[in-house]
Amino acid sequence: MSAQLDFAEIKQLKQKAAEARRLVVETVHHAGAGHIGGPLSAIDMLVSLYFDVMNINPSDSKWEDRDRFVLSKGHSAIALYTVLAKRGYFPIEELSTFDEINSRLQAHPDMNLLPGLDMSSGSLGQGISAAVGMALGAKQLGKAFYTYCMIGDGESQEGQVWEAADIAVKYKLDNLIVLMDFNQLQQFGWDGTDGRERERPVTSPAERFKAFGWHTISANGHDFQQIIDACNEAKEVKGKPTMIIAETIKGKGVSFMENQYLWHSKIPTAEELKIASQELMAGV
Amino acid sequence: MSQLLQVGEKASMRDVFGEALLNITKKDTKAVVLDGDLANSTKTDIVAKGNAAQFLQMGIAEQNMMGVAAGLASVGLQPWVCTFASFITKRALDQITVSVAQPKLNVKMIGAYSGLLTGCTGKTHQGVEDVAIMRSIPNMVVLAPADGVELIQMMEFAHQYDGPVYIRLARDEQQQIFDAETHRFELGKGLFVKEGGDLTIITTGTQTERSVEAARLLEEQGINASVLHMPSIKPLDQEAIVKAARETGAIVVAEEHNIIGGLGSAVAEILGEQYPTPMIRVGVQDRNTESGKNEELLKKYNITPADMVEKAKEVLSRKR
Repeated sequence: MSAQLDFAEIKQLKQKAAEARRLVVETVHHAGAGHIGGPLSAIDMLVSLYFDVMNINPSDSKWEDRDRFVLSKGHSAIALYTVLAKRGYFPIEELSTFDEINSRLQAHPDMNLLPGLDMSSGSLGQGISAAVGMALGAKQLGKAFYTYCMIGDGESQEGQVWEAADIAVKYKLDNLIVLMDFNQLQQFGWDGTDGRERERPVTSPAERFKAFGWHTISANGHDFQQIIDACNEAKEVKGKPTMIIAETIKGKGVSFMENQYLWHSKIPTAEELKIASQELMAGV
Repeated sequence: MSQLLQVGEKASMRDVFGEALLNITKKDTKAVVLDGDLANSTKTDIVAKGNAAQFLQMGIAEQNMMGVAAGLASVGLQPWVCTFASFITKRALDQITVSVAQPKLNVKMIGAYSGLLTGCTGKTHQGVEDVAIMRSIPNMVVLAPADGVELIQMMEFAHQYDGPVYIRLARDEQQQIFDAETHRFELGKGLFVKEGGDLTIITTGTQTERSVEAARLLEEQGINASVLHMPSIKPLDQEAIVKAARETGAIVVAEEHNIIGGLGSAVAEILGEQYPTPMIRVGVQDRNTESGKNEELLKKYNITPADMVEKAKEVLSRKR
């Protein structure tokens, strides 16, 4: 966990993220269901957390001192599954069962089915509260682990997110690090302005969380060095939780999906899968 | 405290609850109490004063409170989430379902101020739909104690049990029914408080006290009613219900709850499938309630012992 990643380390993370993205597109194509744009915007952060930042042990997924992660934007489950599989929590081949009946890979994460999932999620706004509970629990138990959580910007329209934001500050949860996948699109959203087709409401998340008393960091959510630096900075902050506002591109890495709201949960055809795979693997 | 509660004595469930919860937190450092800013109503203020380190104020934000509880449980703590029945089961329902019940996390949910008798607070604060809501959720245990002795035993059970438990509580003083020496709460078990051959009143929670009184009034008129108390609404003692139906042939189900979805519905589901028997539900008749004094509310919404006597006679007239 060096402060400055060297070229080889960055290259490795890039390689893993590209493979994970390819697996996301392939899995959603195979399943004929699932979300795609949000998972692609989240991948680089998940790869950073699971391959660099977090203190975890895939062979002992219930280790009680491990760092925790909650995917509050649970509909990006397939992104988390691909990263967990690549990290060794379960066989990569099992990705092909995603969304199928009897599968451990449910459409939204089920902590009782799949190793490596610290919390179930799916209904928006709930995961961040659970993450607050984990961080508060660590304080209560005198444990040193960190709790990481990823929320969506669309998700933050839920009032519960702000209830959680309030309590995290009240209990000085400096062991809580939340990353916002700030891709600026949601399933449908609002009519766009300034040439955009669809858009989110004007919310300025960094200012809002700052006003709630959080330490906020803005980062490029596709830049490994920036993501890891932001997490390291967050770990040094005392007395308050940190919100990393990670600017991302919905559908990142596939030209025809990028910034297209319709790719929130569209299923790629065989031809689209082929092009997407070529584009993704050409980047590394 | 249970040693101090005598049969026939008046005690308020919330005071018993606060003391018993303090005892649990003192025995177990992993038990923590979450309050939705109602501690001096629900009496978790007893924990706030007696064991502040295990009392976590979550403010007026039930959805987050339930989610935080899920997170606390996931790292090995045992949160007791305490607020009014109406708020916990409705404001935080999706959180109960997705964050607590689906993953079967070890969260105890306390619905204080259930039923109609909530201290003149009216329909926004009364809790007459909580049983219907909670018993429809997989993995949920739903309990309603009749008195302080039973409540303490229930809380001990909940403390030992690994999974979500909902306990509905009453606010005000009522008579103690059970002897701490002999009473034993058991999950999924009903209890015949009185045996009689003519009909059975199946009841739960604080309505049990009124059901015993109804049975006494019936006896004065020469009618012998059994009273089957159901502290465990889910799982429910199906065997005892079918036995009561078989042996007495007429059933009144009485509860301080809407007649839709509560114990009456649960009994009807079982009898409808297993042993169809004439029955009548006593409870709030699917209408909005209001503020008022306890006796006035019971009377207006037809859940007094006298109402139960009337319904008992009606069901007896339909007995085959």
